[in-house]
Amino acid sequence: MRDRSPYRRFAKGVLFYAMLAFIVVITILPFAWMVSSSFKGSEAIRTIPIRWIPEHPTLEGYRRVFNMQGFSFGRASLNSLVLAIACTVVAVGSASMAAFVFAKLPFKGSGKLFGLYLATMMIPGTVTMVPNYIILRTLGLLDTYTGLILPSLANAFGVFLMRQSMLSVNDAYMESAHLEGASLYRIFFQIMLPMVMPTLSTMVLLSFMGSWNSYLWPLIVLTSTNKQTLQVVLGNMNGMYKNNEHVLMAGAVLTILPILVVYLVSQRYVDQGISLGGLK
Amino acid sequence: MYIPNSPAKRRATAVFLAPSLIGVVGFCLLPILASAVFSVMDYDLLMPMNTMKYVGFNNFRRILTGSEFPKVLLHTLTYLAMYLPLILLTSVGEALILNRSFRGRGLFRTVTYTPVITSWVAAAVVWQWVLSGKYGLLNQMLSGIGITGPAWLNSKDWAMAGVVLAAVWKDTGYYALMVLAALKSIDPTCYEAADIDGANGVRKLTSITLPLISPTLFLLIVINIIYGLQVFDSVLIMTDGGPGGATTVFLERIYKYAFKQYKMGLASAYSWILFALILIFTVIQFGLQRKWVNYDA
Repeated sequence: MRDRSPYRRFAKGVLFYAMLAFIVVITILPFAWMVSSSFKGSEAIRTIPIRWIPEHPTLEGYRRVFNMQGFSFGRASLNSLVLAIACTVVAVGSASMAAFVFAKLPFKGSGKLFGLYLATMMIPGTVTMVPNYIILRTLGLLDTYTGLILPSLANAFGVFLMRQSMLSVNDAYMESAHLEGASLYRIFFQIMLPMVMPTLSTMVLLSFMGSWNSYLWPLIVLTSTNKQTLQVVLGNMNGMYKNNEHVLMAGAVLTILPILVVYLVSQRYVDQGISLGGLK
Repeated sequence: MYIPNSPAKRRATAVFLAPSLIGVVGFCLLPILASAVFSVMDYDLLMPMNTMKYVGFNNFRRILTGSEFPKVLLHTLTYLAMYLPLILLTSVGEALILNRSFRGRGLFRTVTYTPVITSWVAAAVVWQWVLSGKYGLLNQMLSGIGITGPAWLNSKDWAMAGVVLAAVWKDTGYYALMVLAALKSIDPTCYEAADIDGANGVRKLTSITLPLISPTLFLLIVINIIYGLQVFDSVLIMTDGGPGGATTVFLERIYKYAFKQYKMGLASAYSWILFALILIFTVIQFGLQRKWVNYDA
């Protein structure tokens, strides 16, 4: 009925691929610009017209990133990695344990408690940020990794997702394990967690990427330069290298690269996160 | 799951629940209460806690009657007014493309998602350079087609637009996948019926696709207004509220009151005002949704 003429069909196809190419180009150009600039010298970044392939490629930008006064980029990368892993373990661990109770070990009032958890999701992080800072200060945990990590314990959204997933696991497995004398801890680790592995992996991954990329909280809590994370250091560099964009771009490349690799390796789980209900 | 009540079960329940409960009480519920208390206090972070003084609603009055608040509100709303239509357009467009099968679809999906996984700090640093006045990528490309671009982030009129461009670039891939999930759930027989009736592509889009994905579009608008009112990382890195205070937004103000000026009471009051705004916007939208959101299908 439609597209009777082959010409029209051809034109539509061309239009479709033109749009496709347009989107891809728009998406990639800033990245390409970043990579290209990072291999240029301080003079070469200011050329008109744009020279995508540097005439005299140089690693000066990267060298300067690793030889900054007062900051250590390598140290910051390590800090980010350790903190992202720690926050992920704490956030996913506490959420799945609590979810196990809400899904499979209900007690009197557990429904109300779960409702309270859901209600906390309504309050934006903005409101809790200032008092959380003061709480950490009172506990003497400012500028410590413990202080940075502790708030990850509160993960109502994670509890909600894990509970959804755990509800669908058949009770019979766990009841028979119980009859055979397995403790609840064993049931949790050896039956429940393996059965919700897809949700668990997705949460681990998204939590890791979220911690790696987070900026405001580490910016506030960590003040010693040798404790700061990659994002905070890159943010600080932004003020220091205003006219040395090649250094900044080298820093940006080094910040993006690790998480890009993580994403490409585990893309499947990221995609699942979307279907789990709008994780960000 | 039925497991008879026993001391062992009670103990295990407590152990499983404790970490999360400590977190929710200590870093969610208690802070909410504390924030409410701080908001009616005069509290300077550099002074000892016992110098904190009750000032009633003075903090709120000071913010709401000050000359800064209307500007901050205007900037945030300007951001939303530019960002929302653009992100709806780009994410629906991208989702419509992703909903078709073509060669390289997987690659397309991966590529368009990379800005999403990039941190805001890195994205903002890169976009600052993309939007740079003379040597920036965007203005050089614009001059290629004969347009002299503005100084973007250094211009009072264009700085917020620059932030919006970066945000749309960064977020489209994420929301496109949300829209895609909705597109996939549309019953293909709807389109077959439309074909028989001789509907053209545009007609099918406006009369079938958009109404059927309206619940997702609604969700997208609600989420984006909530996030948009709290825009921060991009603004702090790209403009730091400038030039000349042209891009001050709520969270940036709260951050500066709390951690640059150490006025914790004022910052807490500001965050409650922001929360109230979020609530008002969300309630309004739920009121409006009956007019255009279609839950029948």
